[in-house]
Amino acid sequence: MLILTCPYCGVEADETELHAGGEAHITRETVGSSDEDFEDYLFQRQNPKGIHFERWRHVYGCGKWFHAARCTNTLEVFGTYSAQTTEPPKDIRDKISGKRPGWSWGIFS
Amino acid sequence: MKRYSAFAIAREAARYHTGWERAWRAPEPKKKYDAIIIGAGGHGLATAYHLGKNHGIKNVAIIEKGWLGGGNTGRNTTIIRSNYLQDPSAAIYEKARSLYETMSQDLNYNVMFSPRGVIMLAQTHHEVRGYQRTAHANALQGVQTEWIGPQRVKELCPIMCIDGPRYPVLGGLWQARGGTARHDAVAWGYARACSDMGMDVLQKCEVTAIRQENGKVVGVTTTKGDIDCDKLGIVVAGHSGVLAEMAGFRLPIESVALQALVSEPIKPCMDVVVMANTVHGYMSQSDKGEMVIGGGTDGYNNYTQRGSFHHIEETVRALIETFPMISRLKMLRQWGGIVDVTGDRSPILSKTPLENCFINCGWGTGGFKAIPGSGWGFAELMAKGYSPLTAEFGLDRFKEGRFIDESVAAGVAH
Repeated sequence: MLILTCPYCGVEADETELHAGGEAHITRETVGSSDEDFEDYLFQRQNPKGIHFERWRHVYGCGKWFHAARCTNTLEVFGTYSAQTTEPPKDIRDKISGKRPGWSWGIFS
Repeated sequence: MKRYSAFAIAREAARYHTGWERAWRAPEPKKKYDAIIIGAGGHGLATAYHLGKNHGIKNVAIIEKGWLGGGNTGRNTTIIRSNYLQDPSAAIYEKARSLYETMSQDLNYNVMFSPRGVIMLAQTHHEVRGYQRTAHANALQGVQTEWIGPQRVKELCPIMCIDGPRYPVLGGLWQARGGTARHDAVAWGYARACSDMGMDVLQKCEVTAIRQENGKVVGVTTTKGDIDCDKLGIVVAGHSGVLAEMAGFRLPIESVALQALVSEPIKPCMDVVVMANTVHGYMSQSDKGEMVIGGGTDGYNNYTQRGSFHHIEETVRALIETFPMISRLKMLRQWGGIVDVTGDRSPILSKTPLENCFINCGWGTGGFKAIPGSGWGFAELMAKGYSPLTAEFGLDRFKEGRFIDESVAAGVAH
């Protein structure tokens, strides 16, 4: 059972209390964007075997969306953070760097 | 290759079974091949087989990181059907189903294809309308299916409770020529036939890089050294994203875990395959007597070949309502595989931005049933640059918005 801490209400929630929302930090495209940009936004995914930043919603709790940093190869969770940001916070990136030197994910490392 | 036959069994019985030979060779890699297929699962091996059989390309290597058929080919619930809504899907899955009919004879290997029939249950009014529509579409596509009422469902599968309190059975989509086959035997049969044509099946050989020059693929780097090739086919299911990254492009795919489980063996009680998409469960009985059960995928990206226990619980809980007699069965084992799911739940059989590099992936939760058709079409695409079976399944469709939307048509179970 995956256990994530909701950064809003502080509850340690089992995955049955949460809903997975897919990759985080995707730039939303809108009117005037090219077909390629729309394809990236709607369908193209990093899908890494390793560090993954992703969206979760605390559906059976406070209802808030938040982000998590997790390894898809070991299911290790590096931490959760607010969804009101365009990039993972420094403390989480440092924590990942401490355990997985040389990691990268899209434009982040 | 010595042919398998009743005569061969009698001959070997008379000499203490000393004359059986290895089913396939275990060669060392050559310097160069006309074509390399990455991934010795069902789809990869079927591609290699049809490259040789249909197009005369026999200087082929099939490279496998683990062992033959050890990924999703050996982990699925072995269901074969072709009752899809969209025309391109029906065409490729029906091609596959028809090839399964003669596969044992074609490969001289008993894949135990059992066309016992598949029922897809309608347990909501929405599903009734959906499956009636599919039955009409199938009639136009030349796929033999029919809409049947609840009493006929009960006749076909007497252990089913059709008037359950939450999800009564309102009817079903019946494909009489659907069924099951032995999944391992499909991989082994293809490997034996490929090896017999002179192809090299290279197991325990991991691709670590894809080498390219001027936008063209020239070969791969593996744990057994560099191997050159003219054409490359990537057929690796859950790890497609990892290989695509090596080749320098991205895919509209996410990899998630899909689980299945089997019960202890019991006496024959169910001679059809039943799929119940509303409650996310499907079940059939194997020849050994085990009830083979599958469910829905986990919600999050995962490469561990393990899923969450609560998904197993949900699947079993739902099936017990429709099949009350399984409530006292002990479950023998449970496992997971990593499936590659696309945005429209349809596969990708396509050229890639890298010239002479092709990709066959995105089969998601429904790959086993498609193996021979996928191999047929993908081999044609690799050999000729075009196949009518795969034309609609290109990578371009995501940019153009030309989806083959089976996520609506097929629901969850696939």
